[in-house]
Amino acid sequence: MKKFEKLTSRVVPLPIENIDTDQIIPARFLKATTREGFGDNLFRDWRFDSDNQPKADFVMNDPTYSGKILVAGKNFGCGSSREHAAWAIQDYGFDVVISSFFADIFKGNALNNGVLPITVPDAFLEKIFETVFANPNAGLTVDLEAQTVTINDTGDNFEFEINAYKKSCLINGYDDIDFILSHKAEIEEFERTRPFSFYR
Amino acid sequence: MGKTLVEKIWDAHVVKSQEGFPDILYIDTHLIHEVTSPQAFDGLRKRGLSVFRPQQTVATADHNVPTLNQHLPIQEELSRYQVDMLTKNTKEFGIELYGLGHPYQGIVHVIGPELGITLPGKTMVCGDSHTSTHGAFGAIAFGIGTSQVEQVFATQCLLQQKPKTMKIEVNGELGKGVGAKDIILYVISKITAAGGTGYFVEFAGSAIRSLSMEGRMTVCNMSIEMGARGGLIAPDQTTFDYIYGREFAPQGEKWDEALTYWQTLYSDEDAQFDEVLVFDAADIQPMITYGTNPGMGIGVTEHIPTTASQPESEQPSYKKALDYMGFHDGEKVLDKPVDYVFIGSCTNSRIEDLRQVAAFVQGKQKAENVEVWIVPGSKQVEAQAKKEGIDKIFEEAGFMLREPGCSACLGMNEDKIPAGKYCVSTSNRNFEGRQGPNARTMLVSPLTAAAAAITGKVVDVRELLSES
Repeated sequence: MKKFEKLTSRVVPLPIENIDTDQIIPARFLKATTREGFGDNLFRDWRFDSDNQPKADFVMNDPTYSGKILVAGKNFGCGSSREHAAWAIQDYGFDVVISSFFADIFKGNALNNGVLPITVPDAFLEKIFETVFANPNAGLTVDLEAQTVTINDTGDNFEFEINAYKKSCLINGYDDIDFILSHKAEIEEFERTRPFSFYR
Repeated sequence: MGKTLVEKIWDAHVVKSQEGFPDILYIDTHLIHEVTSPQAFDGLRKRGLSVFRPQQTVATADHNVPTLNQHLPIQEELSRYQVDMLTKNTKEFGIELYGLGHPYQGIVHVIGPELGITLPGKTMVCGDSHTSTHGAFGAIAFGIGTSQVEQVFATQCLLQQKPKTMKIEVNGELGKGVGAKDIILYVISKITAAGGTGYFVEFAGSAIRSLSMEGRMTVCNMSIEMGARGGLIAPDQTTFDYIYGREFAPQGEKWDEALTYWQTLYSDEDAQFDEVLVFDAADIQPMITYGTNPGMGIGVTEHIPTTASQPESEQPSYKKALDYMGFHDGEKVLDKPVDYVFIGSCTNSRIEDLRQVAAFVQGKQKAENVEVWIVPGSKQVEAQAKKEGIDKIFEEAGFMLREPGCSACLGMNEDKIPAGKYCVSTSNRNFEGRQGPNARTMLVSPLTAAAAAITGKVVDVRELLSES
């Protein structure tokens, strides 16, 4: 997994709530059997019309906005557990997603792929949107070690929460399988000693 | 202090718990399907690992299979390749596959229970968010991403934070024409599509207890639609009666041993939940959604809430949803014309659902303006429906009985609702484009769907029930 430490970048603002994983990557694009290439279809039906032409009013088709940080309304990533949503976001070029609320499964999937989901208060989210809409070149700085996200134009910053274990995974670029495999003897011991024979 | 049901099952599966780390949670049963597994198998190959406990893993093909002519090769190349990959991968790693053509094939959350694989007290996972369905049996069951599918393949464990617990009680008697689907759509409409995030939800109360296993599965299935990782119901005699004698259920002495343990699976009187919500069954009427998330639901006779009545920050998203649906502030959904009726999905495609629909439509004809697709949840459901003559009732009504799969619930195969068309659907998600690009979904119970099929519009099924 890719390591993550610090990032300063411009922002793509998407102030829509309850963005579900069917919007992030519609089911008809889930037929691939590798992890690559999903970025082409990220937000497919918002980005392109039925003739596959870019929709001018969608923020990702507006050259005014770009960057490695996606900022979205609350309850981001709800719905289907498809990890393809995290892959699509990463493949398109986002390293960080900021929202005031994330759905559980998406959050886990993002972390398992080195994409950092940052939960900020509603007011801070509003502040980011205001700043970026006033100045599309405005940048944010995300410092994972310090657990801070800073609006560079205003100096406003917020100290975000992240599970200590997940933080060390991101910083070191290792994943859960490496960790669990180091406990294999204990897993086998658990299987040998558990009482219920009827589950097998 | 006593324990909640979730805590009892969780604690019985913790391999290791250490400060500063998530728990290592043992997984009893891993269900897999063709869409979210290929990258996980690839990951194993790259690491040079095998599947640690292949005998605790069960595979089926459901998300991406056609629902017509399943005996022929899959026409669409990418879909065929994906299903072929599942066959190849399960063979290579020694996993049982109930693929196309197998009498056990079907939607993963339908076949687990009907085969007796789903049992009280188990931990179960699948790369699909509706894995919560299995919680109806008093199991901890939840959806996972593909990286986690790979983790379970490699170790039969997952790293998981112990979840918060919520109890949702629904007390009292359900009214005529009101069922399990209406309960869950009602609860989600009250607590929103994010109201359960971070929790495992235990459903309790007399209205929940009165439900059949099929009804309980419908309720737990949609726990994820309120953001909850899983939902569950303490097992009781209804549960035990359902399981007894099924293909892979414990038998003989093992059954007795199991039953003794299962009877201890309930939340203790003095158990502490992080949150408790109580609803009255008498307040629930047949439900329907009018927007683009499952929390946007109302009683079928009610008016669509106005944009102005929403919190200010949520108004743009709310208006966007109504525009997408072609609906307006304050209008009624009742009498809106319907183009498609879809009866299927892991929420409502079990034999009981089909029986209920058949009993309602027997001797009636579908409305001319509607196309009706019935997609049974499994080959076993399909066979049972044929045995009972339900297929004939559907045929005479002008309904199309297709073959098992996820179908138009997510429109991954060719079963898509055309752009702009209205589909009254027994599935679980009304997201934009879920059933096909620009398709408009209204979620309902099987009974309300059957009524829409016969009348060609959104109706209050209770009025039709009193006629008969």
